[in-house]
Amino acid sequence: MLDKLDNHLRFQQDALNLRAERQQVLASNIANADTPNYLARDFDFSAELARVIDNGRPGDRVMRLSTTSARHLNATQQTSGVSELLYRVPDQPTLDGNTVDMDRERAQFTDNAVRYQASVSFLKSSLQKLKTAMQSE
Amino acid sequence: MSMFNIFDISGSALSAQSQRMNVTASNLANADSVAGPNGAYRAKQVVFEAQGQDAQGLGGVRVTQVFEDQAPLRLEYRPDHPLADANGYVSLPNVEPVHEMVNMIAASRSYQANVEVMNTSKQMMLKTLTLGDA
Repeated sequence: MLDKLDNHLRFQQDALNLRAERQQVLASNIANADTPNYLARDFDFSAELARVIDNGRPGDRVMRLSTTSARHLNATQQTSGVSELLYRVPDQPTLDGNTVDMDRERAQFTDNAVRYQASVSFLKSSLQKLKTAMQSE
Repeated sequence: MSMFNIFDISGSALSAQSQRMNVTASNLANADSVAGPNGAYRAKQVVFEAQGQDAQGLGGVRVTQVFEDQAPLRLEYRPDHPLADANGYVSLPNVEPVHEMVNMIAASRSYQANVEVMNTSKQMMLKTLTLGDA
């Protein structure tokens, strides 16, 4: 039963995770807009979402330390959900080797924020529907 | 991976840009300072470096050093000046006011962009917190 609930919300949850991740990538680009030789990064959202849906959630890919004794600490590191972080191709290369195009980054950032909020709204309405279905009238 | 990282990233950019602004302010204020510990004031510039925080090299920015511009000092012929050399020339700072103004505007625009990033991220997080109210 709980598994079904989880599956029901899984798509939006994955989309939301990736949106948050992309927001961070874009924030990093904007922060480094004046750093010489910084290369702007981004990822292909639809490709990553398709990959996450096919291969499981990003959180499932957790790296662990190999342990040889039961008393070892089992430290884990959550790997990022994005498997392929690409480099942006600059429209107007700059002399200092920086490939951040502020206009483009800000447009993408706003676009991503709106889509994130849309995902939140969809998730919210899914929860609402589930709640309505569960209520005894 | 949490969205709180964005605050670290943008926060580092805010402090880096404000340091750049600080340096610009110092340069403009000292555009005519002929006397100092090492002679006339030399224009200072900051060096930005990307801060690789995670495995993918995403992260904020930091100022690695503030260096002195090694461009030659301006010489002005003022024989009556107390700091004039044997030939009657006074060394004036190598501050370029136009360069500094451009730097100041660029720093303030970058600062604004990062504030906007923080605001947008905050709104997104607040919106996410309302998920439970569905």
